Amino acid sequence: MTTALPRTDVAPVASAKRRRRAPGWLAVVPLLVFVTIAFGLPAVAIVNGAFSVDDATTGATHYTGANLTASLQGPYLTALLGSVKLSAISAALGALLGLPLAQAVVSSRSRWLREAVLTASGVLANFGGVPLAFAFVATLGNAGVLTVHLGLKDSGWDLYSFWGLVLVYLYFLIPLMVLTITPALDGLRAQWREAALNNGATGVQYWRHVALPVLAPSLLGGLVLLFGSAFAAYATAAAMVGSAVPLVTLQIADALSGNVLVGQENVALALSLDMVLVAGLVMAVYLPLQRRSARWLDA
Amino acid sequence: MARRLTPWRWVVLGLAALYFLVPLAASVIFTVDVPGQGVSFDAYTKILSADGFLSSLLLSLELAVATIAAVLLLMVPAVVALRLGAPRLRPVVEVVCSLPLVVPPIAFVAGIATVLKWGPEHLSQTPLFETFVVIQNQNFPVVLVLAYVVMALPFVYRALDAGLRAIDVRTLVEAARSCGASWPQALLQAVLPNLRGALLNASFLTLALVLGEFTVSHLLGYAPFAVWIYNVGGEQAQMSVAVSVLSLLVTWALLLALAGAGGGRNRTASSRG
Repeated sequence: MTTALPRTDVAPVASAKRRRRAPGWLAVVPLLVFVTIAFGLPAVAIVNGAFSVDDATTGATHYTGANLTASLQGPYLTALLGSVKLSAISAALGALLGLPLAQAVVSSRSRWLREAVLTASGVLANFGGVPLAFAFVATLGNAGVLTVHLGLKDSGWDLYSFWGLVLVYLYFLIPLMVLTITPALDGLRAQWREAALNNGATGVQYWRHVALPVLAPSLLGGLVLLFGSAFAAYATAAAMVGSAVPLVTLQIADALSGNVLVGQENVALALSLDMVLVAGLVMAVYLPLQRRSARWLDA
Repeated sequence: MARRLTPWRWVVLGLAALYFLVPLAASVIFTVDVPGQGVSFDAYTKILSADGFLSSLLLSLELAVATIAAVLLLMVPAVVALRLGAPRLRPVVEVVCSLPLVVPPIAFVAGIATVLKWGPEHLSQTPLFETFVVIQNQNFPVVLVLAYVVMALPFVYRALDAGLRAIDVRTLVEAARSCGASWPQALLQAVLPNLRGALLNASFLTLALVLGEFTVSHLLGYAPFAVWIYNVGGEQAQMSVAVSVLSLLVTWALLLALAGAGGGRNRTASSRG
């Protein structure tokens, strides 16, 4: 880091000055080397495994698309679609419920309320995983407090089901939506509303023609972020439903822990690759949208 | 103008409070209300002496410290350098630090497990094999630190980037250098103190990530804190819920402490990852 490297890519006038103060790109090298090893190797392993089949008798490996085809058939396809459906529904509900909550907080003038809700959202958005599953089991599970006291069992309530999972996922998705959408709501100028009202628009018209179009990129960005978050979630589902609900993460885990036929590991890698493609799609939508909404807010 | 919305606002806030507080309250009731015995705090008092509680918590904390140290050592020089001397590398680092967002933890661990199998299968004759054995040490699985550093990269990058945006690194370094400071001195004594909020922010997010991490450690066969809660859940439901409640309270306390230390404003931006 202390080495000043001669640079050839800058103008001569600048280079004299730069040489003195630039630690140069050397400081970035350890990071890049680390990522290449710790992230690159597993990534190569996923792709390589997803496309290869080991011959059981000869031990030879040959490349094929069979794993990917298998990962899009039968129970694997059911699990993949199950994950997509669960994530889409929870993300839509999370966005729908998170928006009014964020608006209620933003439009309130209480600093205290705002800080409290945002802090709580910061905690709850990260409160996934095993503890969340157990908190809901204690509340609405078979022996849960509400289940017992309200007699929910007789009315057919089952936490260990698709809708049970949706209810639990919303516990971290709504706060995530609040965190994502609050800066955008803050960016809505009071003057825009006043201008609309002065021109005779109703509140509903203001929302339909002014606020929502401005919010649209942030809303859509939040929606795909929520989708990605629900899609990747594993711990909550694993601790809560086991494999009662078909999900792609649970399928991969089963294959990895050897709970299925030998030789399915590569199908698990193919499923992983499917997941990466979906998550990549999500990010490809999210990042440009985030940039676009940032433009509105900075303007 | 906001006044017209008041009743609507209270309904929304009330429903949200209900949804978010009831599971917490019910969890507490669940842990203290023992069927047939009345109120008992056994679930909480037994935690400390529970099998594996201390060792798994310690393991998680050790992993967290190692991960925070590693990720800061890798990232701080890199992001400072991006500001000072290598702005052209900025898109590269940005992409590299966003890549882990595209690979869900379960897919990442599938990849890691495959790589770890290469050790015994292909490398048993080479010195590299020793490395594979060492990083999988049960007492301190370095492989988890490697995985966690990768998973923390997006959050740490955003936290540090936001912190650096708020200060004029170039002027700070130039001033320090003009006063006769060496490069390490300029970094340690001029830049880092100004980044305190961002460093705390990055450390907290990493700590929360490591303490709650389940997927990678569980599937690689290690037993840090989250895996312990999961295992306890099978046998002692009340204790597992009690630990879950406590872990939420601890996280909350950490976050409030962080907000108090001055990193509060950056928080929302960085948790968006």
